[in-house]
Amino acid sequence: MFSNILIYFVVIPVVMLLGLFLCRNIKQIRAVAVTGSVVLTALSVWLLVDYLALRAAGATDPMLWVDSWQWFAPLNINLAVGVDGISIAMLILTGVILITGSFASWEIPQPKEFFLWLILLSTGVYGFFISIDLFTMFMFYEVALIPMYLLIGVWGSGNKNYSAMKLTLMLMGGSAFLMLGLIGIYYHSAPAGQPLTWNILEIAQNDAISHGWQTFLFPMTFVGFGVLGAMFPFHTWSPDGHASAPTAVSMLHAGVLMKLGGYGCFRVAIYLMPHAANELAWIFLILTGISVVYGAFSACVQNDLKYINAYSSVSHCGLVLFAILMLNTTAMTGAIMQMLSHGLMTALFFALIGMIYGRTHTRDIREMGGMMQILPYLSVCYVIAGMASLGLPGLSGFVAEMTIFVGSFEHSDLFHRVFVIVACSSIVTTAVYILRVVGKLLYGPVYDQHHMTLTDAKWWERVATAGLIVCVAGIGFFPNFFVDLIKFTFSPEIFTVIGLN
Amino acid sequence: MDITIPILILAIPLFMFLLLGLAGVKMSHKLAGTLGTLGMGTVLVLSYYTAFTYYFSGNPEFIDGTTRLQAVIFNHTWLQFTPALAIRIGFLLDPISAMMLIVIPTISFMVHVYSLGYMHGEKGFQRYYAFLSLFSFSMLGLVVATNIFQMYIFWELVGASSFLLIGFFYTLPSAVSACKKAFIVTRFADLGFLIGILVLSYFTHHLDFLPMTQNPQAVLASFEGVTFLGASGLTWALVLIFTGGMGKSAMLPLHIWLPDAMEGPTPVSALIHAATMVVAGVYLVARLFPLYMLEDAALMFITVVGAATAFYAAMVACAQIDIKRILAFSTISQIAFMMVSLGVASKNNVAIHEGLGYMASMFHLFTHAMFKALLFLGAGSLIHAVHSNNYTAMGGLRKYMPITHITFLIGCLAIAGIWPFAGFFSKDEILSACFANGTFWGIWMMMVAAMTAFYMFRMYFLVFWWDNPDYEKEHHGHLPHDPGFAMTFPLIFLGIVSIIAGFIPFGQLVTFDGHEYHIHIDWSIAGLSMGVAILSIAFSAWLYMKKNDKPQRMADSCRWLWTAANRRFYWDEIYLFITRRIIFDGICKPIAWFDRHIIDGTMDGFAYVTNKASYAIRGFQSGKVQMYIWWYLIGAVVLGIITAICVL
Amino acid sequence: MDITLIWYLVPAIVMFCCGVYGFLTRRNMIAMLISLELMLNAVDINFVVFNRYLFPSSMEGWMFTLFGIAIAAAETALAIAIIINLFRVSKNIDVRDATKMKN
Repeated sequence: MFSNILIYFVVIPVVMLLGLFLCRNIKQIRAVAVTGSVVLTALSVWLLVDYLALRAAGATDPMLWVDSWQWFAPLNINLAVGVDGISIAMLILTGVILITGSFASWEIPQPKEFFLWLILLSTGVYGFFISIDLFTMFMFYEVALIPMYLLIGVWGSGNKNYSAMKLTLMLMGGSAFLMLGLIGIYYHSAPAGQPLTWNILEIAQNDAISHGWQTFLFPMTFVGFGVLGAMFPFHTWSPDGHASAPTAVSMLHAGVLMKLGGYGCFRVAIYLMPHAANELAWIFLILTGISVVYGAFSACVQNDLKYINAYSSVSHCGLVLFAILMLNTTAMTGAIMQMLSHGLMTALFFALIGMIYGRTHTRDIREMGGMMQILPYLSVCYVIAGMASLGLPGLSGFVAEMTIFVGSFEHSDLFHRVFVIVACSSIVTTAVYILRVVGKLLYGPVYDQHHMTLTDAKWWERVATAGLIVCVAGIGFFPNFFVDLIKFTFSPEIFTVIGLN
Repeated sequence: MDITIPILILAIPLFMFLLLGLAGVKMSHKLAGTLGTLGMGTVLVLSYYTAFTYYFSGNPEFIDGTTRLQAVIFNHTWLQFTPALAIRIGFLLDPISAMMLIVIPTISFMVHVYSLGYMHGEKGFQRYYAFLSLFSFSMLGLVVATNIFQMYIFWELVGASSFLLIGFFYTLPSAVSACKKAFIVTRFADLGFLIGILVLSYFTHHLDFLPMTQNPQAVLASFEGVTFLGASGLTWALVLIFTGGMGKSAMLPLHIWLPDAMEGPTPVSALIHAATMVVAGVYLVARLFPLYMLEDAALMFITVVGAATAFYAAMVACAQIDIKRILAFSTISQIAFMMVSLGVASKNNVAIHEGLGYMASMFHLFTHAMFKALLFLGAGSLIHAVHSNNYTAMGGLRKYMPITHITFLIGCLAIAGIWPFAGFFSKDEILSACFANGTFWGIWMMMVAAMTAFYMFRMYFLVFWWDNPDYEKEHHGHLPHDPGFAMTFPLIFLGIVSIIAGFIPFGQLVTFDGHEYHIHIDWSIAGLSMGVAILSIAFSAWLYMKKNDKPQRMADSCRWLWTAANRRFYWDEIYLFITRRIIFDGICKPIAWFDRHIIDGTMDGFAYVTNKASYAIRGFQSGKVQMYIWWYLIGAVVLGIITAICVL
Repeated sequence: MDITLIWYLVPAIVMFCCGVYGFLTRRNMIAMLISLELMLNAVDINFVVFNRYLFPSSMEGWMFTLFGIAIAAAETALAIAIIINLFRVSKNIDVRDATKMKN
């Protein structure tokens, strides 16, 4: 079992949990958190290199390092693992955000408990990305969701009890749909007479889910994951949840957890039920199209920095699901790029907002101004994050959005193309709300003279933000590397639905 | 051609941006300024070398007999979308990009030198030079684009660097709103550009320029039978792409950002908002001109927009007080000249070779860049001396600032189109092209040309003649004087260029099909236009040479027109109404309210109902054992009765 | 006159009903406990009687009765302990007043 490299993505966080348990002071806690997340990131980078080497050597399996260990035989539950380019991209993203999140919560109160929950959460995330067994996938999914309640409820700010409860309940509601869908898939996973299975690859190979069941199960799973992907009208946990969450949790939640939704949507809903996906895509296309435009417009009038960013996340994550539903290679590649890009830049945003909030003790843009003169480093980072968000070439947002738009516009149906134009219009609205913040918060005269005494970023804050900016610029400068990594997954042989189109 | 030099042309400014941006804080002002200027100087030499190699080397890569070729020096796939569609970053050398390789580094270098003096001692000097380098990089990348998406990329980058430079004095609220406005308005236009690209790529399956422009018939064929709302698909694509150009080049209804962009430092206005970035729209149309030639409707659209803008901007320029605003509207008007010139160059234009309009447009782009940069830099040195943007604070300055005066006069004569200054030649070609297309356009544009001469000399006389304010009193004993060498050198250099640029044999260098084109000055038109210009100058001299109350009486006689022109015909108010009242209050706020109260209210409603329901039924769990027994007994009895009924 | 099954069952059911009645109506915990004992003993009688008359060869009913008596004893001990403690705390063994652990 321990000969497979993938299992270490779960083992290392568990070891980190043990280590944290033994820690005696904050220095040890920081050391464990940073070392562990660096090791995890290094491992995922190593995995990436190895993956590319294997692919270059001609490995054509849909997933590599596939392995399966029996867990509960009567129900055919296994711990099955395997990764492809997308999972690896997500693993790296998780690692990067975990490192920067650890740096961003350098001075959190009650660090031991905080990091215990945070690492437990990331255990769930890592487990989710490496699993290919629906049951264990779901289990890890829940492991990733539950700690959020405590993290927000204990370390949060503002109306934290309400937000924590709302977030947890809404996501649990999504999980209920999801569980129904997954159990439904399990009972139709094999042709009559053959043993049932939870394994995604086998289910896809069997292709045994009848058409009628697909049209029932597809909406179940898509909505189930879509709730986490902030799909309209199930997105309202996002503004409240993000606003109350502590910095690192917002980063991890918007940066990685919301990606679980998008990842699940195509890994389960679209991959396993291609026919229903093809038929029902238009319904969800309308919903996600609304998400994109609606989130952007809502963000224009918010005054709380975190609300602005949460609505912007609704808009950007809406674009992820929107592109996935276009069901063609380029658009789906764009969706994954957008997941990476949004994960990094929104983490950067939340980190910066947390740092600014930690100094000014307000997040209301009406009560701040002229930060560029007071906190030049953080402000410049904020402008860069904003530029990435509004899609400036050379940063990650541009390549992701353009891949999505070009790919989606290749759709042969006029209805789809018109919807792409509607989604395109969000680039203007994005510019409006980003520049509104830049103009009010960073530029202009200093609003509150008390702010003049604030000090600029500490070294750990610089590490966190600089690391994220380097990643954002890296994707923006060398997009083809990431596109090549992702694209293979969406071949017509693997994704039946692309063949259908 | 070797790829080293083209790569360096792009890489040096980018490197300078990164260097000054990241390490600038640690540098002294002098070091940062010198580094930036040296970097730009190197680019200047390299791009002159490249352009001259292109035009004059006779290399078969660039010229085939007498036909100039389009040469792709390198083309690197940056982002592959589909097998057919990819963003490529490359370096295209053809007549117009080689011409821009002369224009941009020249102006940029002059501005770099000028800023050493103008921006001396400003806070954020290093940042200023970093942004200038970023802008130069983006603009160079834009003009050498081999791929429409490369153009879009650098198009966005010039927009961003323009945003950063307009907002350079970021503590001033007016600069903040100006930079936001510039970015958002051009962004809105870019949305049109992007959709245009998407439509074009959907039908043609190309993003590279050359396959499209070298074989326009194939593009036309791929749009066969596609119509939408009564216009052909290709027209839609081209008009949408032109929308992007309308935003960047400040055409009428999207012009509102350019006058406000004057909040940036004056050298920036000279570089970005007069000479280079704002002509990107013209350049875009010129780049895709073979496609535009296929669609008369699209060309007609360009002509109408251009003509309306030219007239409007000239009207407004006559009633402004701020000299930078006058120059800004003059820029809008002159760019509109270039647009009209492209618009009238239709293939149905049988009276004259269709390349005339294209060539004239590019010629005017070249000469305008030189003399408009000169005028802006001159305005900068005036502002530097007087510390005000308004001509009301100036007057009689010819005695105090002789170099500025002479060079400014050269600029004004050039823009008015007086022989032998540069503007005369290019404007004459444009008017010829207009007359060849239709007398209406010809007369219309000639009228605008006359207005140009009038408002430019109005400004000239008001600044350098008119009255003589008591400078000694206002400036505490300091009299206005010519600036230092760093600032006068660019003025003198550009002044000389503005005199001689007209004699460049442009027809041999820049034509749209690469064939040589013989310019012959049509003296009937040229004489007429020069006569009109001289009359206008004489009229403004009569009004403004000496201090008098004629202008005041004129303004009073039709007060409403003067006010309307002074308020720029209320475009800003209209936009403010649309954005504030309709979009912000009418769309965004209701959506936010809907989200908080309806969508979120539904979710909270579920929670509320669940909560209430559980309160309602929790009475059963009273904790009273005897109560439970009663319920148990009742249940048992009822069950017993049911069983009994069933059994019996 | 034969002593048949019914001679035992009638007193047992009367005892049981008394127990139910007492359990439902009395508020004093001791009285409720006594009622409970009544019900248990009625059931015990039934066990023994059914065993004796219907299955004289087997012993299960007797065994159950013995178990029942033992459990009833233990239960009484426990209940009285609780009631005494409750009395110590609140000087009152009315079942309606023992609501401290609610809410």
